[in-house]
Amino acid sequence: MSDVLEALRGEDIVKRFGAVTALDGVSLTLKQGEILGVLGDNGAGKSTLIKILTGFHQQTSGKLFVGGEETMLRSVDHARSLGIECVYQDLALANSLSIYHNMFLNREIIRRGPFRLLDNRAMRERAAECLEEIGVHVPSVDLPVEQLSGGQRQAIAVARAVNSNAKILLLDEPLAAMGAREAGLIIDLILRLKAKGGLSIVMIMHNYAQTLDIADRVMLMQRGRVTYQREAASTSVEELMEIVRREYRAMRAPSH
Amino acid sequence: MTDAQKPAKRPRRWSGALGRSSEIRIFAVALILCVYFETVNHDFLLTGASLQNLSQFIAPVAIIAFGEIMLMIGGEIDLSAGMVFAFAPFIMYFAIEAGLPPWLGMLAGVVAAGIVGLINGAVTVYLRIPSFVTTLGTLFFVNGLTLTISRGTPVSPPENSAFAAFMGGWGYSEIIWTLALAAFMHVLLRHTRWGLHTIASGANPLGASEAGIQVRRLKLGNFILAALLAGLTGILEGFRITSIDPQAGGNQIMFLAVAAAVIGGTPLAGGSGTIIGGLIGAAVLGILNDGFTLIGINAFTFNMILGAAILGAMIFNIHVVRLARKGNL
Repeated sequence: MSDVLEALRGEDIVKRFGAVTALDGVSLTLKQGEILGVLGDNGAGKSTLIKILTGFHQQTSGKLFVGGEETMLRSVDHARSLGIECVYQDLALANSLSIYHNMFLNREIIRRGPFRLLDNRAMRERAAECLEEIGVHVPSVDLPVEQLSGGQRQAIAVARAVNSNAKILLLDEPLAAMGAREAGLIIDLILRLKAKGGLSIVMIMHNYAQTLDIADRVMLMQRGRVTYQREAASTSVEELMEIVRREYRAMRAPSH
Repeated sequence: MTDAQKPAKRPRRWSGALGRSSEIRIFAVALILCVYFETVNHDFLLTGASLQNLSQFIAPVAIIAFGEIMLMIGGEIDLSAGMVFAFAPFIMYFAIEAGLPPWLGMLAGVVAAGIVGLINGAVTVYLRIPSFVTTLGTLFFVNGLTLTISRGTPVSPPENSAFAAFMGGWGYSEIIWTLALAAFMHVLLRHTRWGLHTIASGANPLGASEAGIQVRRLKLGNFILAALLAGLTGILEGFRITSIDPQAGGNQIMFLAVAAAVIGGTPLAGGSGTIIGGLIGAAVLGILNDGFTLIGINAFTFNMILGAAILGAMIFNIHVVRLARKGNL
């Protein structure tokens, strides 16, 4: 942490929903400009962690530091104002609305004047520019997003997050339910964004091999805890699998 | 650019336009109906009396439909609109009787309608009761309330004033109200954040809230808006027919409004909708009603045709448009 600045840090974060402990003391650090891959099974607490980092939920206890400063993320808007943007698995796209309306959803450009009307022309132009800049190609930003493929929709959702000057980008399963070619396009997009600089990325992932390909560092979560953290270059799919396998054996042992 | 970044299937131009513009579709239907009835009966459109008659059928249905459309986009419905329609003019009447000037009385009536909308919205949104059930409850409640305070007898609105003429007494004033409200509601839906967010929260409620949109506040507002419009319509109609009747409006006008919305291209499932479509949908209902009356088909047959039209419009909206959008047609 001495020479590379941290974008985000969590210390001993606990989140309970009634009697259920979703996060049981999670600590993590996201360095500036790096991609952190978070792996783990369903119910390991990955989604809860993301929802705390976006301000959607608040942690029961533990500390969060954004850009080195201790912060309680009160709401999604608050997290956003600090440059934290999230692309959820459902992408939060409104299918019947155009690409450009989706890209400016809840951040619409308003025309000057007393009636606060939408400035559709400005949004259309800026959306096209933004997509161009990060290398996402669509036939027209006027198309409703329901006419796009899964990969394109994901790209639009990522572009929307980046378009708002995000410093920290949270991606919830960005490659879920995607064919190899579409996944490849999204991976390229993520790496392009990283190369542009100024962006730190947390990715929740399922696929170990893909994660090791893209991420600088990986973190394994199991039952609400971080059980393993390593530079991506110094670990392997086999090693990660072995840890998970060991966990399963331990869990099954008492019943045998 | 690689293949996967192109659309999965390239949508064809005409089918795309057809899929998107339900207004053009329903407008074509309205035109065809006009031509048909005009050929069968030459008094249909080109006399002042029948035009006025037609406009007076369209106006109340359309205004109530505008409110229903805002709700239907969010996947909700207001079944109590027809009862609020009957309720608001009585509040106005009592307020004027109590000594308020007519315009303030009118305001009181509209505000009372808004309060019913607030209750509809609050119960639906905060107590998580489906709006179908919430507004079914307020439908009966408000109906009973209106009958109780009116003792079941009609009264007369203030007459012979410029105010009465402005509020619906003059033959065409109601349709002018309708057009002005249509313009206002269209801008609200298509050119403001309120409208855009209403569509977004109907299309993807969780996603909209993840984007930071206050979905519940929007819904609450749209329930109030729908009730305000229903109440205002009841007042306009009261002035037009110079009688405030506790039995006026009711479920007939509410269902006609929902029918106008559906025929105009607003699906009940939410996520999209059109004010202009709703206006033309109301016009189609009016044209059917007037046209069949003039050529001597009775009201029973009209209901059969109306029913078939609603079903046809829904089947078309759900299946044909979906296929057209995918470019499979």
